[in-house]
Formats: sequence, C-alpha cells, structure tokens
Amino acid sequence: MPVVDLAVSRVRELNKALHQLPRNTNETHWTVQNPAGQHSIAVGIDAPIEVMIEGHVGYYCAGMNKDAQITISGNAGVGLAENMMSGVVRLAGDASQAAGATGRGGLLIIEGNASARCGISMKGIDIVVKGSIGPMSAFMAQTGNLVVLGDAGEALGDSIYEARLFVRGEVKSLGADCEEKPLGSEERAILAGLLDRAGVDVPADSFRLFGSARRLYHFHVDNAY
Amino acid sequence: MCGIVGLFLKERDLQPQLGNMLGQMLQVMTDRGPDSAGFAVYGEGAADHFKLTVRGSNLASLSRDISEALGVSVGLTLRDTHAVLSFPDEVTGKVREWLSTHRPDLAVIGAGHRIELYKEVGLPADVIKRFNLPGMAGTHGVGHTRMATESAVTTAGAHPFSTGADQCLVHNGSLSNHRSVRRNLEREGLTFATDNDTEVAAGFVTWRMRNGDSLERALEASLDTLDGFYTFVVGTENGFAVLRDPISCKPAVMAETDRYVAFGTEYRALAVLPGIEKARIFEPEPAKVYAWEHR
Repeated sequence: MPVVDLAVSRVRELNKALHQLPRNTNETHWTVQNPAGQHSIAVGIDAPIEVMIEGHVGYYCAGMNKDAQITISGNAGVGLAENMMSGVVRLAGDASQAAGATGRGGLLIIEGNASARCGISMKGIDIVVKGSIGPMSAFMAQTGNLVVLGDAGEALGDSIYEARLFVRGEVKSLGADCEEKPLGSEERAILAGLLDRAGVDVPADSFRLFGSARRLYHFHVDNAY
Repeated sequence: MCGIVGLFLKERDLQPQLGNMLGQMLQVMTDRGPDSAGFAVYGEGAADHFKLTVRGSNLASLSRDISEALGVSVGLTLRDTHAVLSFPDEVTGKVREWLSTHRPDLAVIGAGHRIELYKEVGLPADVIKRFNLPGMAGTHGVGHTRMATESAVTTAGAHPFSTGADQCLVHNGSLSNHRSVRRNLEREGLTFATDNDTEVAAGFVTWRMRNGDSLERALEASLDTLDGFYTFVVGTENGFAVLRDPISCKPAVMAETDRYVAFGTEYRALAVLPGIEKARIFEPEPAKVYAWEHR
C-alpha cells in the first residue's frame, strides 16, 4: 500500500513509479497526499490498480489512464482524464475545462460540476456529471456517452459527429447540428447502466437525449464561405 | 501564457501579511511567466495625500528637489528602481508638471491615493525580492507574471498597467483588435506609453469609467469592444474585479473564505494560502463580471 507525499516527492517520481508497475503487480492500492494543485498527477497508468488522491489536483490528472481506478477527493484543473483509454476516474469535487477530452474509453464520474468543453472530442469515453456542465460541452464529440444530472451550458454538442448526450436539467442552447432525439429502449438501457455504475438512483426516463442531426457529414454549398 | 494572482482581504488583522501572501502566490506562477513580473498593492492611504509611483534611476534626491522647488513636503519611499512620492492632493498637478519638465527620464507608472505599482524584467522571485513585496501591507493587491506574446520583453511592457487614478489591470491572453481600439481611444484624448495590447484594455476601462460607468459596467462593455482572449483582473481603490472572455480561453480559479477572496490563474497559486483547505473554490464563469469591494 504505497503512500506518496507530493509535499516531499516530485510528480515525476510518482509517475515513474506508477509506469514501472507490471500489470500483475501486488502494489494495487496507492495513496497520493498533498497534491496542492500540481499538474499531470497519475498520468499514463497502464495497470489495474487503485489510486486515491487526497486533495485538489491541477491539469491533466489521470490522463491517458488505462485500467486503473483513480479517485480524487478534491477539485481538478483543466483536462481531467483527458484521452482516457479505460478504467474509472472518480472526482469528488468540481472539474475545470475539457474534462474527459478526447477520451477513448473508460468511465469518468464527476460528483460536482464540470466547466466549459466537458467531453470535447470524446471518442468512446463515458462521462457522468452529477452537477452541471459549462458551455461548448461535447464539442465535436465522436462516440461515447455524456450523462448530465444538472444543466448544460451554451452550444451543447456543437459540430457533433456521433455520441449520446443525456441531460436531466435545462439545456441553455444547442450547438450546430445537435438535436434532441427520442429516448428509445436501447438508449434507456445504456443510460440506466451508466447511472447504476456511477451510483446514481434516478430514473432514466427523467433525461432527454441529444445527438447528431448528421447534416454536417457531407459538404453542402450553403455552408461554404 | 502569463499568470495572474489577486488577493482581497476581508479582515484587518491580515493586512500586514498581504505582501507576503501575494508574493508567495506570485512566485508559484513563475512557470507561466518567467520573463517579467509586477504587482500593485493598495496600502494605507490618506484621503488628502496623493501618491505617484515613478520608475527610473537617481531617485533618492527627488523628495528634496521637488520640496525645494514647490515649497511643499514630499515623502519618498525608495524601492530599487521605483520610488513612491507622497504629497498633499492640491499640488498633484504641480508635481506632475515638475516631473515632466525636470525629470523627463522618469516614467510615472501609478497614481492615486492608495495604489503603489512595481514591475520589472526578470524572474518573479527576483522581482519580489528587489521590491521587498513580502514587507508590504495593504487591503488588496494584484500581481502578474509575464510570458510576452504581443510586445517586447521590457519593464514598460510588464503588467500591471495603470491608466487611471488607483486603477490597474493585469491580463492573461492577447487582444487582436487593440490597434483599432487604441486609435479610437486616442481620439478620445487617452495617451499610451507602450505598444502593449493590455495597456489598451486598461485604457478602455478607464475611459468608460471616466464617462460615468461603474467598474462592472465598464468591464461588461469590454466584452463587446475587445476581441481576443483575456482574463482580466482589475484593481481599484476599494477592491478588485475579474472578467473572462466569452469562451473562457484562459484558465482562472477563485477561492473565498471568511478572511479573504483570492484569484489565481491556476489553483497551485492558491494552495499556499492559509485556510485554503476549507475555502469555497470555484471557477469564474465566462463573460461574467465578479467584483469585491470594501464599502
């Protein structure tokens, strides 16, 4: 049960130790203390371990995560779990901009709010935000699911390719080529599964679904300058 | 890049600590702006005394020279390349005139009843030390570490910029229409000391307030006029305000406790503050003015 105190050790030392773990390591429970908003904590892990980070983290925390379960007890800066491949990242507080950006897989759970551009260019990640999300979220989203229990800011899903955006609260406005879609049984099952995994007990029927209108897929002369 | 910090104290007993707290915050932001640093501190002032912060060399004799020439007592606090002159309100015009006539080599970079403004090229740690920021007391202050993008790395191009009495502005980002805004403001009678985009933003806010806008309204007007990326922190005699551009291009985080309100470009800069574990931490929303003032 290694404990790394970032008031004493450097982030590079922590990440190096995490990167050297074989996938069948016995050191499966890590605790990180005193993160003090430092950047790039616990990035690039490639092992099925658990990491508990006690406090607020800076940019890109848990980025590129593969298989690890990372829990952060505080808030997170820009780019939380960016380009995550798999595993679970759970944040107890609020996330800054671009949480889950370009994520390819895994589950990101944000207990608080996420600010602008949550899930920007998401490529398969599942994101559950228990609070609200900021403007331009799911910009150019490609695949995956974004579940928001609170409200969504301006221009939700602008230039979206494909991805399911489930919102329970108000949507301030939709971005270009994003539209509301019927919540069918298939989508309801996906949503219910994600709510269950995130430990949220609200009915799937209380959400609205948004997705791509697919009008930007092909060149249209009216969109040319 | 660039890093901004701001600190507004709610409790009087923290005031002797202002410079120390602000200095620690500023130094953490070195990674975001290692080429120059600056800060404005709002200290004890007197309603009937005016202060000018001047920058240059051969400053020690200023107090004696001005006192002899104008027949008034002029206080002087010398800090490295800067000096703060203090004198009765009514002679402000004469002191400025004397400075421009007899000491054209000096730059007046701050003016007001409470503001003192210091900035230099170099690592923030060195700038903090040269001016002894940790030794300064006050009610609030703002600081800036610069990574230059729009104009040269010079002392004049460092932030904060002050274009009105007890006003200053620091900026993270870059403005794309500052040339045209500058031309409009010059037609309105404003003058600029540098080619810097941030000085134009400071001048715009000053111009709006001169024409009757509140600080909040002046900042709201900048949303329509200024094009580009910005997080601004504006210091005034009684407090400070924060504004981010409509797409919140540049990062910002704030912390509030019963004892202070603090702004940082990154949370790291706030982590050094006492009681931060229990602070309310939040991210200011884009295109929304946040202001704190002592009333």
